[in-house]
Amino acid sequence: MSGFFKSSVGQKFLMSITGLFLIVFLLVHFTANFFLFFGSDAFNTVSHFMETNPIIQIMQPILAIGFLVHIIYSIILTIQNLKARPQKYVKFEQGHSSTWASRNMFILGSLIGIFLIMHIMNFFWKMKVSGSDLYTEVNVDGVMMHNSYALVTGLFTDASFGLVYSIAYILGAIFLGLHLSHAFWSAFQTIGWSNQVWRKRLEWIGNAYAIIIGVGFSIIPLYFLIFK
Amino acid sequence: MANINIKLKVWRQKDSQSKGQFEAYEVKQISTESSFLEMMDVLNEQLINDGNQPISFDHDCREGICGMCGLYINGRAHGPDLDVTTCQLHMRKFKDNDSITIEPWRAGGFPVIKDLMVDRSAFDKILQAGGFISVNTGGVPDANAIPISKDDAEEAMDAASCIGCGACVATCKNSSAMLFVSAKVSQLALLPQGRIEASRRAKNMLSAMDDLGFGNCTNTGACEVECPKGISVAHIARLNREFLVANLKD
Ligand code: SF4
Ligand code: FES
Repeated sequence: MSGFFKSSVGQKFLMSITGLFLIVFLLVHFTANFFLFFGSDAFNTVSHFMETNPIIQIMQPILAIGFLVHIIYSIILTIQNLKARPQKYVKFEQGHSSTWASRNMFILGSLIGIFLIMHIMNFFWKMKVSGSDLYTEVNVDGVMMHNSYALVTGLFTDASFGLVYSIAYILGAIFLGLHLSHAFWSAFQTIGWSNQVWRKRLEWIGNAYAIIIGVGFSIIPLYFLIFK
Repeated sequence: MANINIKLKVWRQKDSQSKGQFEAYEVKQISTESSFLEMMDVLNEQLINDGNQPISFDHDCREGICGMCGLYINGRAHGPDLDVTTCQLHMRKFKDNDSITIEPWRAGGFPVIKDLMVDRSAFDKILQAGGFISVNTGGVPDANAIPISKDDAEEAMDAASCIGCGACVATCKNSSAMLFVSAKVSQLALLPQGRIEASRRAKNMLSAMDDLGFGNCTNTGACEVECPKGISVAHIARLNREFLVANLKD
């Protein structure tokens, strides 16, 4: 198998497997976030579960590795791809033959990467390392837990930066949705799980998934911006 | 039948070592019934009559079967028509006073030899690495000795219609040769005669492809749209599968 990961298909295989893993993660993440709409107790209970569940704890470093492998190989493959055409065309028409997202996966990925850094600083860092005035202990049905709800909603409703953050999060969700619109089918294609029939099905599921994630994650800041 | 005037911007390059540049030309009163390459012939005659070097471009059968022709016309491999080679493109696809930019296939794996002519021997090297089956010599085998399902036969035949023109590489933003390699692997992998060397074939052809400087496929699907033979990217999924299974076996 050693030669496998040196080959182009092997390296793309790593991109696909990590990508599919991140796709599953996003679904879990989105499900948890959905509880924001049910108020503070509901969301805090879910966050508390995430914080204390051993499986989630084991998954955290694996998730970090998944992100890193996906990012590192995207850089390696993109550099090779740029080198594969030393002299560029002066006229290069692609609009009719491929989607914009499929041609700009690296750019979309980079934008998501920038968003991810901000996102980690906003939440993960404050929850795990630095703490925050909003991140206090609350009592929900007799159980003491962190007030994650206050931390999350506080960001979007912040008097001075709430609007900026909300826009950044909506943009992040849009980039993510576009990235996913190509990513889903592409990942299955690369691991060989596609054919004439399944391609259409996978593209359909992928687009539906991309819309759910893109719109779903956009609604959260929008909801708090408008209603709170 | 109408005649049109066109302006051309053509890539001229003396040899593989020179830098190359665009030259502007005009072709007047060309019939819309003529093919694109006939228009190029008219232009070349004009150049020769004026004492200039004619433009070099590849072509052979001029009926869409040999895969020799290939020009990058107005930003598209084989020009603004679908499912045709450059030799099957006609001037009726253009309007009076159109400007047409003609470039050679651009890819690290296809270096320019002269003007619009590129060296596609990289494809031969990929084929030599595994695009064949070994058969015993002897009497002609009975045609029905090995049963093959109609579906498999059809799909193998579809893959076999690849003419090796290189448009897939030329139009791919990554200069990837995956569509070509997948067609050449599929046409054999689908048939029992091709199964014997299937593992070796997928590995050797892909490793040749990587070594020859083609890029990595990102599944944009542009290749199957521009391929004159309509080769489907479903073959690429099969190639990936073949390669994965081959590696799992060792
Ligand atoms: S796959 Fe299509 S575009 Fe590529 S070489 Fe074969 S015929 Fe040409
Ligand atoms: S010259 Fe043979 S395919 Fe165009």
